[in-house]
Amino acid sequence: MTRRFPFIRLLEGPQTLGRGPLFWSIAGAVLVAAMVYPLMTDGYTVGNTVYFFTWAFMALGLCLVWGYGGSLSFGQTAFFGLSGYTYGILTLNFGAAYGFTLIALIASLVCTAVFAAVLGYFLYFGRISGVFLGIVTLSVTLVFERFMAQTAGPEWHIGVARLNGFNGMSGMPPLTLPWFGRAIALFPDIGLYYFVLILLVLSYLGLRILVNSKFGNVLVAIRENPERAEMLGYDVRKYQLVAFVIGAVLAGLSGGLYTAWGQYITPSSMSITAAALPIVWVAVGGRGDLTATLIGTLAVLAAFQALTIYGSQYALVVMGLLLVLTVLIAPEGLIVTFARFVGRMRRGPKEPA
Amino acid sequence: MMSILETRGLNKHFGGLHVTADVNLVLEEGELHCLIGPNGAGKSTLFRLILGEHVPSSGAIFYAGHDITALKSFQRIRRGMSVKFQVPGIFKSLSARQNLEISLQHHLERGSLEAEVDRLIDFLHLRDVREQLAGNLSHGQKQWLEIGMAISLKPKLLLLDEPTAGMSPTETFATGEIVQTLNADGVTILAVEHDMSFVRQVARRVTVLHLGRIFAQGTIEEIVADERVAAIYLGHANA
Repeated sequence: MTRRFPFIRLLEGPQTLGRGPLFWSIAGAVLVAAMVYPLMTDGYTVGNTVYFFTWAFMALGLCLVWGYGGSLSFGQTAFFGLSGYTYGILTLNFGAAYGFTLIALIASLVCTAVFAAVLGYFLYFGRISGVFLGIVTLSVTLVFERFMAQTAGPEWHIGVARLNGFNGMSGMPPLTLPWFGRAIALFPDIGLYYFVLILLVLSYLGLRILVNSKFGNVLVAIRENPERAEMLGYDVRKYQLVAFVIGAVLAGLSGGLYTAWGQYITPSSMSITAAALPIVWVAVGGRGDLTATLIGTLAVLAAFQALTIYGSQYALVVMGLLLVLTVLIAPEGLIVTFARFVGRMRRGPKEPA
Repeated sequence: MMSILETRGLNKHFGGLHVTADVNLVLEEGELHCLIGPNGAGKSTLFRLILGEHVPSSGAIFYAGHDITALKSFQRIRRGMSVKFQVPGIFKSLSARQNLEISLQHHLERGSLEAEVDRLIDFLHLRDVREQLAGNLSHGQKQWLEIGMAISLKPKLLLLDEPTAGMSPTETFATGEIVQTLNADGVTILAVEHDMSFVRQVARRVTVLHLGRIFAQGTIEEIVADERVAAIYLGHANA
């Protein structure tokens, strides 16, 4: 099979933790458990799990841009919001007939990609890097938030869709899949659950292939030493821009799915708090690895939600503490550090070089 | 023979500081040329101008007869230039083998790539450490690894910025042999070097930079015999 589809070989490689039959057996078992899970629990829990899943795309995108590419972007929530609002505006105007919501979702992603390409062009071709990249992307996010927050008046509308200022937009139709005869509404939760799960698995596997490909190698090389990468003849800016756009589209996918799931989107999804949270998810699990990011994100999200029972401010303080502790104790991320530790134990003590 | 690299009236100002002053340097194809000079002579800046990391204030750079002054660094590399930096420019959290693979992957397919990586690993005495993270190699091994990355591009012109910095005498000598082998294979080499034993070992022609200008040029014997050169190293002359 690997001969006919050479990219399958790239599912494992130097840029990803986890390889061999044991890893893929566990991954398969987790997937089966995830498939069976909605049949054994109530609708609320399934819906809640979909909510966790929707954020994971944004985290995986940040993992690519930051963990593999080395550019810390605070712009993920800007793309999230842009895509969410686009989905809302399109579906409120054109309704949900004949699977149009799916087209609206794709259109939102295209819109996000175009915006990210323009922003990324100025960032990377203007040679903005390091902390300045973070500052510019955060500024863009906050400009979006401020702008949307002041659109409360009736004059702010696109077609029939009122932007509604700080209260945000609501009432957009849920996702539907076009099907023979009539469209299948992915609502309530079980249909949407499988749809999002499939997208998540595809995104995860696709990114694994990407980071282990030649493109991924160069991206990691740029993270390690951009000057050296350029002096090997690589146009560093192009690689960074492509990674940035892919990361943005994944954040956009989160935004679109989130809006379709909750049927609302507000400017607070682009606030400074919201912009900081993806950094925490990705850093805690381990930004240098996709699997660690995925597990870490879902775990931190679940913990965060459990903590909000005691108050959302309190939960945010814990998130901040978690980030500080991670940076101090395991700067590569808790899961990555743990995986390396297990790997060393299994290989036994190192022979002297 | 034609010149592979030529700078014409090259100047670089940083504010009021005139770091490169009217440098006309010609490198013939197949040369092994050393660039020496006291600290602050403008050697590194000249390198960065040639590589396209700095834009000259005035003047032009010709490579194999073409004006490359407006080209970006990566475009110059693709035309056959390559560089080894002073501080080893390696990918620290990747293995030595991966470092070489990334250097080679854009002009080789997988089968021939592995063979070429193996050849370079042996050439650079890195057999025992090929799977180790580049960041954990000894300083000399890092330097060699980066030389390997630089020559993996099969350059026509190789720029070496202090290739023996921080090396032991044995390592320095081994590096000299590597450089001479490359040159014998037809690679034109321009090296900035402080270590005069290395310069004596390898160089055929030497250019002395001082205060941004070409101060003296000649064979290694001529330069060593030049009292003015000795004087600027000792800090007696000012122009």
